Amino acid sequence: MNNFLKGLWREHPVFRQLLGMCPTLAVTTAAKNGLFMGLAVIFVLTFSSFIVSLIKHVVPNQVRIAVYTVIIATFVTIVDISFKAFVPDMGRALGPYVPLIIVNCIILGRCEAFASKNSMKSSIIDALGMSLGFSWGLFILASIRELLGEGSILGYRLMPGSWNNLIVMILPAGAFIVLGLLVAGMNKIEQVKEKQT
Amino acid sequence: MSDLLFIFISTLLINNFVLTYFLGICPFLGVSGKIESAFGMGMAVTFVMTLATSIGWLIYNLVLVKLGLSYLQFIVFILVIASLVQIVEMFIRKFSTGLYQALGIYLPLITTNCAILGAAIFMIARNYSFIESVIFGFSGGMGFSLVLLVMAGIRQELEFCDVPKVFKGAPITLITAGLLALIFMGFSGLFSNL
Repeated sequence: MNNFLKGLWREHPVFRQLLGMCPTLAVTTAAKNGLFMGLAVIFVLTFSSFIVSLIKHVVPNQVRIAVYTVIIATFVTIVDISFKAFVPDMGRALGPYVPLIIVNCIILGRCEAFASKNSMKSSIIDALGMSLGFSWGLFILASIRELLGEGSILGYRLMPGSWNNLIVMILPAGAFIVLGLLVAGMNKIEQVKEKQT
Repeated sequence: MSDLLFIFISTLLINNFVLTYFLGICPFLGVSGKIESAFGMGMAVTFVMTLATSIGWLIYNLVLVKLGLSYLQFIVFILVIASLVQIVEMFIRKFSTGLYQALGIYLPLITTNCAILGAAIFMIARNYSFIESVIFGFSGGMGFSLVLLVMAGIRQELEFCDVPKVFKGAPITLITAGLLALIFMGFSGLFSNL
């Protein structure tokens, strides 16, 4: 249970460890993109962790990183081809950032730090926790940017008609600034919690 | 010729890898603390990226496309990059101690630098010719180094500033990067046809 929960908050991959920054910043222009990116990462990380943990005693130590990378690349290729076939507009919106999941440090990081040392069951639980943590981080960031930049979330208009869209939030600069503020917010919450205990 | 110059300028400044495509953010946040290490990392990335786009282009167009295996491109690219990094590291260690001391510790980190794989994927997606791909890889690396150096300069100054406690470290770096991205947006006026 602890393995599952730590990814959701205490060791949150985006806000605490600052891992997987490229997709975090790049695809979060709209909440829907964030959601699909999260799904892709959940799939890739869970299956890669499962396989890595399955073969952990077979792989020679020297070539393990190369082997993990090939496993990850295989699942990423599956996701990329499926997105292009079943949700073509998402495939287009996420573009090169789906194949770039291969070098997402969260995935290799979890395979190396956790799945290669732990049992299959706890590896899958760890992977689910981490990737769900990643997904909600992405969704929050994407929702804030979409809300401020286009006045809507998931395409539903929430802001009043007089709201002026802050285009900068959709642009790269907005991504950096919103994420910076979110991380600072997380630090603040932790600080307050520490004071209470 | 003007096409190549266009690719160079636009990859260097307008569509900068770090500030527009968010590629290579991990080393961007990690090693931008000191100017010396930022310079070493930048040079190592430029070097490997230029080689990776050239060799990746050759393998993709001369082998994978001919055999109808283009769906294997991601797996092949990541293997090319990983082995390239290894070979480059061995090569530099043998032939240039000075260069090895300057770049050595950064080389292993480059395998997981998404800017390199990103450059290879972009070059295929945009159907660049061989020469264009080489220029693209080189200017991408130079753009990465440029932003890394600017960021390192700012962060060295930032250390003397009184930053609120919750903003220390990553948050203030991200916000600074956001402001840099805003500044670099100004370059998009360089070409009217973009």
